[in-house]
Amino acid sequence: MLTFVLRKGARAALTVLLLATFVFFILRLTGDPALSLVGLDVPPEALEAFRQRWGLDQPLWKQYAIYLRQLAVGDFGRSFIGDRAAWDVVADRLPKTLLLMSVTAVVTLALGIPLGIVAALRRDTWIDRVAIGVSVAGLSLPNFVVGILLILLFGVGLMLLPTTGSETLWHLVLPVATMATGDAAVFARFSRSAMLEVLNQPYMRTASAKGRVWRDAVLWHALPNAAIPLVTVIGLYMGRLIVGAVVTENVFAWPGVGSLLVLSVENRDLAVVQTVVILVGITMVLTNLTIDIAYRWLDPRTAGQEGRA
Amino acid sequence: MAAKALAQIQNAGPPRRTRRLAPVSVRIAAGWIVAMVAVSLLADWIAPFDYATMDLRNRLAPPVWMDGGGWLHALGTDDLGRDVLSRVIHSIRTSLLVALLGTVIGAVLGTSLGFLAARFGGWIDDLVMTAIDFQAALPFLILALAALAFLGNSFVLFVAIMGIYGWERYARIVRGLTLAAQAQGYAVALRTLGASSPRIYFAHILPNIASAIIVNMTLNFPETVLLETSLSFLGLGIQPPLTSLGNMVGFGRDYLLTAWWIAVCPAAAIFLTTLAFSLLGDWLRDRLDPTLRGR
Repeated sequence: MLTFVLRKGARAALTVLLLATFVFFILRLTGDPALSLVGLDVPPEALEAFRQRWGLDQPLWKQYAIYLRQLAVGDFGRSFIGDRAAWDVVADRLPKTLLLMSVTAVVTLALGIPLGIVAALRRDTWIDRVAIGVSVAGLSLPNFVVGILLILLFGVGLMLLPTTGSETLWHLVLPVATMATGDAAVFARFSRSAMLEVLNQPYMRTASAKGRVWRDAVLWHALPNAAIPLVTVIGLYMGRLIVGAVVTENVFAWPGVGSLLVLSVENRDLAVVQTVVILVGITMVLTNLTIDIAYRWLDPRTAGQEGRA
Repeated sequence: MAAKALAQIQNAGPPRRTRRLAPVSVRIAAGWIVAMVAVSLLADWIAPFDYATMDLRNRLAPPVWMDGGGWLHALGTDDLGRDVLSRVIHSIRTSLLVALLGTVIGAVLGTSLGFLAARFGGWIDDLVMTAIDFQAALPFLILALAALAFLGNSFVLFVAIMGIYGWERYARIVRGLTLAAQAQGYAVALRTLGASSPRIYFAHILPNIASAIIVNMTLNFPETVLLETSLSFLGLGIQPPLTSLGNMVGFGRDYLLTAWWIAVCPAAAIFLTTLAFSLLGDWLRDRLDPTLRGR
């Protein structure tokens, strides 16, 4: 178990390093940030001063070494706009995004998983068909379309809910609904198939044969076993949640990291984009690492199947 | 009940050769896809107006079924008086073309790398697997945003990014299937007979694993449409004067109060098209490749 954790940990660290390298080269090798930021019609001395100030006059490998050393101590560079530490700019926005993501995650799981379980238990009835239909449709609806439709319905049509900003709890309703719709569909679909898999296992028949009430068998045998494959989807879900937040924050002018990212991409604010990308990378890597370890712990059978599929 | 039992008996047997009609939903989906492809191919002829022509006296005209609408602009006009129907038609063409290019590039790239990894093993395999893990570990939209921000935005680059999206799934599938195929009699026999590697892989193994690749392409296609439209919606994808379904929704967002049709028409096109491809892809997967079921 220890070697397993260490190996997975090393792999995770490698992924973060690869990401940092990717970001560095894509940001530095492509064009001269000084030119694109300061403009072409400024005196050369001003350009030179700008390059020196941001360390752009050093050879590339030196910039890379400096960059890695700075990352290691948590220095992500300074935002070109407003001259603040990029990390501070991101950190200001972080609570709003975390709030949005955590509320969405709770709503998504609370909607999707029970829907999937009910669909599996009532297989081939109308409940099942509706659940599958809704989940296929949910998967095909991009977040921004759901968002636009919800704004039309509740903001413009019924004038019930606010559609921009984040001042009150009411502002949370539409963004959360936007993100939760598609993802709840994914979870419904997945927990349905996980549940069907488990319901066909011999131990379910054994439980029935022993005289166990069906409801108890489902509760004590089926649900815990069906929950194990669900753990693996959480990594995928984290990715969807992050992407969903980026798009949804822009639809509803939610002042979080997602709208900051798009704004920074438009402004070519290197340091901020780099900070957000690395932050996302670390989040994903830590999530996947936790899941790998949790999965191994929950289902020791996987220990023997370490080889690549 | 009888039909169910019959289906079970059929499922239990060896691969059946009988042709069954696809379910109604899949047939409708296929019909919709054919229609969309036709619309994209014939866009220049069927669009009533040029998609960029402005009609400033007819700005924000409503669609035909609303008060004040007319057949001249069946789906209304936008803030510059451009015909929404014509713009949707051209946007469908752009979005489908970009997604098609992206899917094909991804399939070729992933398949080639999967072959390479399976053929050579060793450090090449390790390299490909590390790249697969790297890409699978990160949400692609974020990587795409970083790349677009700093490479600037051009049509070619954007298509290249769409192509990179999803290559790792082809590579993983192809690598696994090829490893299995290499050990089979026909591949061993070909090698013994002295066939060259490209010939073994592209002429003999590829046709044997093609169904899995095709299934993955049909499932990857709608996801590429969603990625393209999302980026275009954010203003970071297809740039004006070109038009895509995503950037139409993006621009239409500012007119939800006064002219909802600008955003809703392309949004509906996105939804129906990706839905149709998902339905078809799921059905194809169950038909062609039962081993992939549930993934």
